[in-house]
Amino acid sequence: MAVWLAITVGGLYGCAFYMLMRRSITKTLIGLILLSNAANLLIFVAAGLTEAQPALIPADSYLPEPGTADPLAQALILTAIVIGFGVLAFAMALIYRAHEVLHVDDFDALKDADE
Amino acid sequence: MSYLVAAPVLIPMLAGALSLVAWRSHMLQRALAVLGTGALLISAILLMIEVANEGIQVTEFGGWPAPMGIVFVADWLSVLMVLLTGITGLAAAIFSLPGTTLRMEHAGYYALLHVLLAGVAGAFLTGDVFNLYVWFEIMLLASFALLAMGGERAQMAGALKYVVLNLISSAIFLTAIGLLYGLIGTLNMADVAVKVAALESSDRVTVIATLFMIAFGIKAAAFPLFFWLPASYHTPPVAVSALFAGLLTKVGVYALYRFFTLIFTADVGFTHEVLKWVAVFTMLSGVLGAAAQFEFRRILSFHIISQIGYMILGLALYTPLAVAGGVFYLAHHIIVKANLFFISGATYHLRGSHDLSRLGGLWKTHPWLGVLFLIPALSLAGVPPLSGFWAKFIVIKAGVALDEWLVVAAALLTGLLTLYSMMKIWMEVFWKATPPETAELRGVRPPAAMTMVIVALSVLTVLIGVIAEPVWQLAAAAADQLLDPRAYIEAVLPESAQ
Amino acid sequence: MKTSMLLRVGAQLLLPLLMVLSVYLLVRGHNHPGGGFIGGLVASAAIALHLFAVDIRSARGVLRADPRTLLGAGLLIALVAAVMGPLAGGAVFEGLWLDVNLPVVGKTHIGTPLLFDIGVYLVVIGAVLTMALTLAEVEG
Repeated sequence: MAVWLAITVGGLYGCAFYMLMRRSITKTLIGLILLSNAANLLIFVAAGLTEAQPALIPADSYLPEPGTADPLAQALILTAIVIGFGVLAFAMALIYRAHEVLHVDDFDALKDADE
Repeated sequence: MSYLVAAPVLIPMLAGALSLVAWRSHMLQRALAVLGTGALLISAILLMIEVANEGIQVTEFGGWPAPMGIVFVADWLSVLMVLLTGITGLAAAIFSLPGTTLRMEHAGYYALLHVLLAGVAGAFLTGDVFNLYVWFEIMLLASFALLAMGGERAQMAGALKYVVLNLISSAIFLTAIGLLYGLIGTLNMADVAVKVAALESSDRVTVIATLFMIAFGIKAAAFPLFFWLPASYHTPPVAVSALFAGLLTKVGVYALYRFFTLIFTADVGFTHEVLKWVAVFTMLSGVLGAAAQFEFRRILSFHIISQIGYMILGLALYTPLAVAGGVFYLAHHIIVKANLFFISGATYHLRGSHDLSRLGGLWKTHPWLGVLFLIPALSLAGVPPLSGFWAKFIVIKAGVALDEWLVVAAALLTGLLTLYSMMKIWMEVFWKATPPETAELRGVRPPAAMTMVIVALSVLTVLIGVIAEPVWQLAAAAADQLLDPRAYIEAVLPESAQ
Repeated sequence: MKTSMLLRVGAQLLLPLLMVLSVYLLVRGHNHPGGGFIGGLVASAAIALHLFAVDIRSARGVLRADPRTLLGAGLLIALVAAVMGPLAGGAVFEGLWLDVNLPVVGKTHIGTPLLFDIGVYLVVIGAVLTMALTLAEVEG
């Protein structure tokens, strides 16, 4: 399982960087979304996979049973997803506004705009 | 345990929340801007006194002991950076008062300013790797919004490049965090340092270290991924530019200092050698880029890059003298660079342009502004006895002590070219006659708030230069703590001390 | 702009249901799946649906307060939850708990984490709707 997930993560990073190298601003945004998802999945794999043992503690005990999945990694991913959501939503709004002001979807066309 | 360690984050958060609630009231927001940043500065001073009296201060959030919970740690470097955050924040808030329009205030200008400061202070104080990521993102979100606030053409183009590059850097940072956690199963910085040092092979650690180096390098605007900085820093309102120029890239440099003295010291031959060449190319590409520019704030932006090179060089040489020099450099540069941006704001106020070819004649009409410009400008170039001279002198002396002649030559050349750039600005803005198409306004003065900020920061620059000894001792103490992290680890993890 | 009648009627029916669901998610969040973030997203999704189905004016009307005010108020509440710990002599963000007898629910165990979650709930609604309404205004 870990091997397949690792390959998926690698594939996501590959796709993300491919999209980031495009000139189109919108496609760059898609690249950023893929990149943040790839990083989240990477944390999931790197922290070690535990099958069929979710990180939940039964109602009557204080400690998790042995072999339970690592909750910290999942908390990290959750936080990263929340932050990624906020930042990417902002980036999308910005690209939308930029498109209205600049009327282009091409990073090459921005060369003169910052001078 | 001390609550003061959390204060520099809680205070601006509170000020930000209050100014959001009071978004309709012009006066209240302005009052909160000055009071909030003032309180931040005071809390930083109190924290510094506490660190001076009682050593490294730690606070555990939620009562969870390290390494389980998140901790904030204030050692000399952190507390010095927080103090500078307070100074720059207060200066930017006061400088904003005359220039901020009602529309910007309604869009949440002051609230974002507070949130930005909270993010910066949090990044300087946190003792947890993932928490550092969170503060970076808070800081970034606030800076995105501030950068794009006006919605003009240049701002949009600059903001796009800034956002994309910084998000890539964040993703790389997150990747490195994931791999680090997978390798050693902890993210508390002190605990990471202990566990990384205990690992038998260091090759995987070096890979992770390189990822962190890339992530922080982008945030610090180091060579080769620096081009987002000159594309964006000259576009927002001047007070925002100054705050970005003074603080934001320094957070990246601070993170490099923290990680490559506390955690990644096993393979210095590789990591710090890479950092050294990064530093050299950063210095040269920044200063050469500046020489080709003809816009006030763009020249200053390129100079940020070249100065970042000096700071990274201090870390890369990795001797007590060099690291202390780097810390001194950080401190001096935050004040000087923010001040130069503030002055560009004052000249804009007088002449209505940032373009050097359209400026001129200010020496005749406003000689005192010329003097005030010369102080930080010459300090940046490293002319004695100003603060920049000592900063450059120490770093270069450390280079000489190590027989790194190539590096020393690059540093000296950069200093010389910086002087050239500053003199270019001086000639164009102050000395040459006013161009015919620009109206010469004799009686006009910049608003008192602007002048006050510029004078205060210039006085501070001169003071650091003339009485360099206390600042130098502070920097040396910070460097001692960085190079011998046992005290840091002991403060965070008392039981690990054998 | 006239939207489909199905959407308008559907949105009006769904709005109260989704709001109740969001509060339910918020309250059960401490020990079960749910919490301030998810509750806030559900609430802002309900208002965003209303925005698409009807118009900006009425979406603002549903919200009553300006999203910026909500954002600030949420942040304030979360900060209050954070400093309750030090006021009681504990650490910042330390959870404080209280057992009270509420009229309908019965014996309840409430504490500062719930207060923090309410803050997060408001911050999420404020942030998402600031963005959504700004974009909708630019378009319209």
